[in-house]
Amino acid sequence: MITIQHYLILSAVLFSVGVAGVLVRRNALVILMSIELMLNAANLALLGFARQLGDVSGHGLAVFVMTVAAAEAAVGLALVLAVFRHTKTVNVDEIRALRG
Amino acid sequence: MDYHTSMLLWIPLLPLFGAIVNGLFGRRLPRKLSAAIGCSTVGAAFVLGVWASLRIFASHGEERLVDNVYSWIAVEGLSVSVSFVLDALSVVMVLVVAGVSFLIHIYSIGYMKDDPSFSRYFAYLNLFVFSMLVLVLGDSLPVLFVGWEGVGLCSYLLIGFWFENPVKAAAGKKAFIVNRIGDLGFLIGMFTLFGATGTLSIDGLSQGVAGGLVTPALATAACILLFIGATGKSAQIPLYVWLPDAMEGPTPVSALIHAATMVTAGVYMVARLSFLYSMAPTASAIVALVGGATAFYAATIGITQKDIKKVLAYSTISQLGYMFVAVGVGAYFAGVFHLMTHAFFKACLFLGSGAVIHALSGEQDITKMGGLRKKLPWTYWTFLISTLAIAGFPPFSGFFSKDEILWQALSTSSNAGWAAGWVHLTAYILGLLGAAITSFYMFRLVFLTFHGESRLAPEVHVHHEMKVMSWPLAILAMLALVGGWVGASLFGVHGFEHFLEPVLGAAQEAAAVVRGFAHSHLAEWGAAAASVGVGLLGLFLAWALYLKSPQTPDRLADRWRPLYLLVYNKYWLDEIYDFLVIKPIYYFSVFLWRVVDVIIIDGLGVNGSARFVRGLGSTGSRLQSGNVQAYAFWLFAGVAAILLYLAVVVGIL
Repeated sequence: MITIQHYLILSAVLFSVGVAGVLVRRNALVILMSIELMLNAANLALLGFARQLGDVSGHGLAVFVMTVAAAEAAVGLALVLAVFRHTKTVNVDEIRALRG
Repeated sequence: MDYHTSMLLWIPLLPLFGAIVNGLFGRRLPRKLSAAIGCSTVGAAFVLGVWASLRIFASHGEERLVDNVYSWIAVEGLSVSVSFVLDALSVVMVLVVAGVSFLIHIYSIGYMKDDPSFSRYFAYLNLFVFSMLVLVLGDSLPVLFVGWEGVGLCSYLLIGFWFENPVKAAAGKKAFIVNRIGDLGFLIGMFTLFGATGTLSIDGLSQGVAGGLVTPALATAACILLFIGATGKSAQIPLYVWLPDAMEGPTPVSALIHAATMVTAGVYMVARLSFLYSMAPTASAIVALVGGATAFYAATIGITQKDIKKVLAYSTISQLGYMFVAVGVGAYFAGVFHLMTHAFFKACLFLGSGAVIHALSGEQDITKMGGLRKKLPWTYWTFLISTLAIAGFPPFSGFFSKDEILWQALSTSSNAGWAAGWVHLTAYILGLLGAAITSFYMFRLVFLTFHGESRLAPEVHVHHEMKVMSWPLAILAMLALVGGWVGASLFGVHGFEHFLEPVLGAAQEAAAVVRGFAHSHLAEWGAAAASVGVGLLGLFLAWALYLKSPQTPDRLADRWRPLYLLVYNKYWLDEIYDFLVIKPIYYFSVFLWRVVDVIIIDGLGVNGSARFVRGLGSTGSRLQSGNVQAYAFWLFAGVAAILLYLAVVVGIL
């Protein structure tokens, strides 16, 4: 029997993997992918709760998240591409022009 | 009986007009026009004053002219209007001020004829006359105070008239600052009276006093505070120190401001507020004591001074002391009487000294003069007449006024319990001793300057006298001769006293207790004989020491060296003030500058807060690493911390 706990644990694991990716990886593309992972972990949690509570608005919210994620990915990739053209790198350690 | 008129305003306004014209356009006017404007405006003010006073004279001082000019301050609980009143007392002041000013203006044409700042001089002098007339005509304390400060300003401007010389500029500053100290007392006294009566007009105060609004204790406090103002303006102990230094100004200025008119403002103020002083016997006793002490003390300094103007300066301080003795013992009219005769003879003496200085191209040391009698006959004779007047020989004016003061001090006794037996008597004795010394130092001055062998430096050429300077001298000498006859009470002439009675009579009766022998003619003649006697003694001593055996004074000075040095150095009072007042203030200021301002305000306050903000900024900017992942880490750490807080402390999760 797959209960809400299973969904939530999987969601938490995915989210943590995403956080770890954002924090430790230096490649901007991988960081974007990790953000996608976190968004989808959230989606999974939403769907789990929607199923548990029998409320379809959770599904709708997940669709919204996917839409926003798609837009974010587009903008994010465009930014990374623009940065790469400028600095010839996608290593975030080297992109520190806003250092105080 | 009051008559309303709109004419009084023009008496002060005319000199103000002259001051404005000379002050604004004087540099472009020819000298003759400048002088003509300066003199004619004051002359016209005098003529107007005479005309206005005819009515007062006709009514024997009973009537008053009132001119309400405009309402100056009108707020809830305080209304002050600029209005002028001409009564018996202000008639005397207006005529003396405008008349003597006019003569001194004329004299100045000659004295200042080569000065590059000719028109500026007349502008200041006219401004002074304006302020002084406002002072004597103003019928409320604020208006009087405006005049009071105005004459102080002009005094400062004219002492420092040759401001390129730092000594002269410093003398002006000293006069101004010392006067400010006195003025603080004046202001607080004024506020005290306002607090009690709710009005500042002199009529209002008089009614307030009559209506019992002012308690005796309050009146005493107010009178002492106002008298502090008078000690500054009228150069009494302890604030007299500025007047000798004021001699740095042009000599006609010394004659006008620092002898004849401005310095008598304190005496006028006490006489004007006589209704208040007469109900404050303690304050009056203090006034009499300070006056007597000053009369004696300043006279002793006069003995040793070598600068012709310094001798006259100490003489002025001493004579002002007599006036304060008079108003202190309740003989207000005698104070005003001496004020008037002193204005004549002291202005004449100062102008005479100016003529000497001018003739000798700036020499002021009397030990380098001598034998000028033949070369400067006009100056000599007018100087001699005035000297006889100040030394108190009949029938010269000074005799009548000084003798009246001494007689009033002797024949009355104070109302104040603690002072009853001795204060007036002490003032009398000091005054009598001072009279002997006055006669001595004045004849010393005459003998050293005009008699004996000439001690002039060989290169000094004596310029001959100028008519424009001699005529004012002659007129003033005439006044110094006859000016006292209007109040020669010894010979039964009480004209002056009766004239002032409507203003001062009631206060005079309330101010002091008349002694038993006051109405004895024998006693009065005896007192007069005593004051003439001490005058003769002074004359004889001066003759013996400075004409008969001129070496003796130096021998005496050597013999009594410490005493001589003490007096010659003016009792080191300037040095004592320097040590007790100026140095502490100076070092306190250095402390405020170096410690409070530089270290605390600038160091901790201004630069300290800047340094704090910059430190905070540079610490904060270290967080701004530019590393996206670091930001993300802080973000997650923050969220984690909040969640932890909610879970553990709040217990939601």
